[in-house]
Amino acid sequence: MDLETLLSYEWGIMTPEFIILGVATALSLMDLFMPKSQSRKILGWVGFAGVLAALVSLLGLIGHGPESILLDTFRLDSFAKAFKLLLLIGSAMVLLIATGYEPNEGLEEFRGEFFYLFMAALLGAMIMSSSGDLITLFVGLELLSISSYILAGMRKRNLHSNESAMKYVINGSIATAITLFGMSYVYGLTGTTNLKEMAGFLTSVYNEQHIYLLGLAFFMIVVGLSFKLAAAPFHMWAPDVYQGAPTPVTAFLSVVSKTAGFIIMIRILFSIFANAPSGDAQGLPMILALQDYVAFLAGATMIIGNLIALRQRNIKRLFAYSSIAQAGYLLVVIASMSLFMFDTLWFYLGAYLFMNLGAFAIIQHVTHKSGSEDISQFAGLYRRAPFLAIAMAIFLLSLAGIPGTAGFIGKLNIFMGALVPSEGHYVLVSIMIATTVVSYFYYFGVMVQMFFRPAGDTGKVKIPAALTAVIGISLAATILFGVAPNIAFDFLQGNFNQFTDFFQ
Amino acid sequence: MNLTYFLSILVFSPLLGILVLSFLPKTQESLIKTVGFLATIPALVLALIAYFQYRAGAGLEQLNEKVSWIQFGDSGQMGNLFSIDYELGLDGFSLIMVVLTAVISTLAAIASIHIKKEWKGYFMLFLLLEVGMLGVFAAENLILFFIFFEITLIPTFFLIGKWGYFEKENAAYSFLIYNGLGSAVLLIVIMVLFARTGTANIDALMAAMNADNPQLVAPISENMKMGLLIALLIAFGVKLPIFPLHSWMVKVHVQAPPSIVMLHAGVLLKIGAFGLIRFGMGIFPEQFQSLAVWLAVLGVVNLLYGAFLAFVQTDFKMVLAYSSISHMGIVLIGLGALNEAGIQGAIFQVVSHGLIAALLFFLVSVFYERVQTSNIQNLGGLAKGMPITAGFLLAGAMASLGLPGMSGFVSEFMAFLGLFKEMPILAAVGAIGIIMTAVYLLRAVLGITYGKALRDFAGVTDMRKFEFVPVLVLVGLIVLIGVYPSVLSEPLTSTLETIMLGIGG
Repeated sequence: MDLETLLSYEWGIMTPEFIILGVATALSLMDLFMPKSQSRKILGWVGFAGVLAALVSLLGLIGHGPESILLDTFRLDSFAKAFKLLLLIGSAMVLLIATGYEPNEGLEEFRGEFFYLFMAALLGAMIMSSSGDLITLFVGLELLSISSYILAGMRKRNLHSNESAMKYVINGSIATAITLFGMSYVYGLTGTTNLKEMAGFLTSVYNEQHIYLLGLAFFMIVVGLSFKLAAAPFHMWAPDVYQGAPTPVTAFLSVVSKTAGFIIMIRILFSIFANAPSGDAQGLPMILALQDYVAFLAGATMIIGNLIALRQRNIKRLFAYSSIAQAGYLLVVIASMSLFMFDTLWFYLGAYLFMNLGAFAIIQHVTHKSGSEDISQFAGLYRRAPFLAIAMAIFLLSLAGIPGTAGFIGKLNIFMGALVPSEGHYVLVSIMIATTVVSYFYYFGVMVQMFFRPAGDTGKVKIPAALTAVIGISLAATILFGVAPNIAFDFLQGNFNQFTDFFQ
Repeated sequence: MNLTYFLSILVFSPLLGILVLSFLPKTQESLIKTVGFLATIPALVLALIAYFQYRAGAGLEQLNEKVSWIQFGDSGQMGNLFSIDYELGLDGFSLIMVVLTAVISTLAAIASIHIKKEWKGYFMLFLLLEVGMLGVFAAENLILFFIFFEITLIPTFFLIGKWGYFEKENAAYSFLIYNGLGSAVLLIVIMVLFARTGTANIDALMAAMNADNPQLVAPISENMKMGLLIALLIAFGVKLPIFPLHSWMVKVHVQAPPSIVMLHAGVLLKIGAFGLIRFGMGIFPEQFQSLAVWLAVLGVVNLLYGAFLAFVQTDFKMVLAYSSISHMGIVLIGLGALNEAGIQGAIFQVVSHGLIAALLFFLVSVFYERVQTSNIQNLGGLAKGMPITAGFLLAGAMASLGLPGMSGFVSEFMAFLGLFKEMPILAAVGAIGIIMTAVYLLRAVLGITYGKALRDFAGVTDMRKFEFVPVLVLVGLIVLIGVYPSVLSEPLTSTLETIMLGIGG
């Protein structure tokens, strides 16, 4: 590739990525040259500013038509824009949560590392959402994963944190290996790593053996990627990692990393398998023929997540299972493959971002002073800090899908998508609704602690400003999108035009 | 008078009270109680205005409101499909339910004077509950109905769990899980209907489901309709409650604070009956007809089961709880009869039982406040210590067992009249329940008023001034409906006509 072609690319569409890359580099240099005694908290604010700048530049690109550079490996389509928006908003809020994080044993000497690794992870997630090629997708995935492994073990003197990083890295590697194995079959069949070329090539596959191989690849890719979503069958890491990792990292894993998981899943499944034949008599595309398989995973994930959550006493483990359950709800969207799929996924991930991050901000604040993460830490919170208790109650109600909150509208959307096809997914919807009722038990269990139990610790709780901001924004968004969801839907319709350019 | 936002103001007026309350200091007990009470007044006044205007001949259509709210998918592509409007409206039946809700809410707010702690939180939840209840009856589409329906769930959970008696949390959880499952089933029905027809508006759904060649997004087979109706029956059966699904409701009646039970027995249970009539009969008339016999059977089972169990209870609150189950059986009997008398009887019973249950539970709160027990034996000889309360208790029991001249008589008479016309044998079996009702109520009430006194009522004061208000209002309404039933039947005429037209009667 000569310089001329290189310069002819429209690099402008990568501005958000460049900003994040630049900030990550700058942060690591600053960390290196800053005197040891100085607090690294300032790095958090620089990072926050960087994410905001990337967000602004992304908003500037929203009107930009679909464009693909670097030999179709990097593409900016509606899908990339819409989901990067979620990644950036989520990351900005996680950074705010992180600046208020003060674990017992201290984090001062590693705090700098935290921020630039965080930026690297975010960069990986963003690359994934814009990839048009298996190689860049995989590089993005690894960038996100490896940074996350280190982030999980950030509290180096804490046993749980070490355990969590270890488990995460081992499970993660196995999952990545499976994904990669699956990808290798597709590459072997088509001889290209470019998603668009693959899709074109696969429409003309008629050999039954090849179709069989393709099906195998589908299974392996879905199984491998379920790790990032924390969905069955690769969900077992979540409770241990969530519990051991520093709370901001847990928040990051449960929101940003999960969103990235759905992004790569959609990218790969719908780019490669949407047009591939399944070999059955009616000429169904492979993705529709294997729909039930995804539906099965969704059902299993919802049941496992919600049932095991019932027995948790540790709030972070509880939220780990809750996040597994939420991944199950989101898989229902993919399994139902209706015409509302992209909208629904985007809206629910957005709603989930706000309600979950808001809840994690409160969890961090309530647990990290005492060092205990038992749900009894929430006892009498209503007496000690009524605002926190009411905010937490609203986040929990939203996670449980009670009307008036964004979570309800999101669930409504999911149900509708699953029931619209003439062969409605009744079983899946029934499982989802039944497990939602089960989830009332544990979500309301936390509320019972907050409102009904007497306070053990009667001291007034003072909330840092950054956390207040996160809680306030999340609260406003959760209620706003619950009462007037059309704001989000209009934005979606107005700017992303039904995501039709995804397949172009 | 500008009527554009009349219903919205009616439904959401209690929110104003919540707003004012949030600025009041926690410790101002009497101020909080006054504000809490006053906040229920606007809804009451507006509901009464609507009622009298309607009686005077004004149409209810002018109250309809419609604002587009959520649009799923691309509006250009979908047209009107998959859009949800914020739409409120009333017909004769829902108007009566709104009036009932507003009346009982105001009276329950007076009864809340007996609440002992955290009045601020209590009244905020109480008013939120009122918004939910009013909204349920005014909602014109299923999604909105469901939203208000769920809004009633959350405050009730907290009101029971925080302000109830000894096993309050157990009762609250039991309430949450049963009703959560009920509303889950309801949500499935609603979403299937919405996804397959593209609309959630009740009138549009009625038209779409009963048209010969309906324009649907995806087909709905006859079997699916039957399945949906059975699901509806389960969903509202939990609420009503129908026999095997009732255990939560007994717990709630016993453990919840009496002011909340007034609302619960008076209004919340009635949502089940309202839903069955409005959606079950309205949207699936054909399928409803084929299930009618079973409904009547379930009704008789409810009636007898409740009556027999009420007979052996030692706690007066338990007697009332099983009596509620028994009386809801009469609603089912009326619906199962599927003729005009039966359905009218069912609706009358909904209103009448709402008033009677509210009255009896208010009286429970009056004497529980003074003697800290609701055990029938321990209460023996109450007439000596609290003659007025005992007298009203007797009046309430008479109304409940269907003494002519009171509302209970009218409704039971009509429901049974309807059933005797269609299924005489079943009705004859059911009539045993009526006798049982007299037996258990008289046993309990006479045991309390004139039973052997185990304790001394010397220092106990009788009802105070403000406590007369709810009692007199409720007794007045019960007698009014008893002697002049057209206060209810006239507004119901058009609703009944629509229903009868649907089921081809």
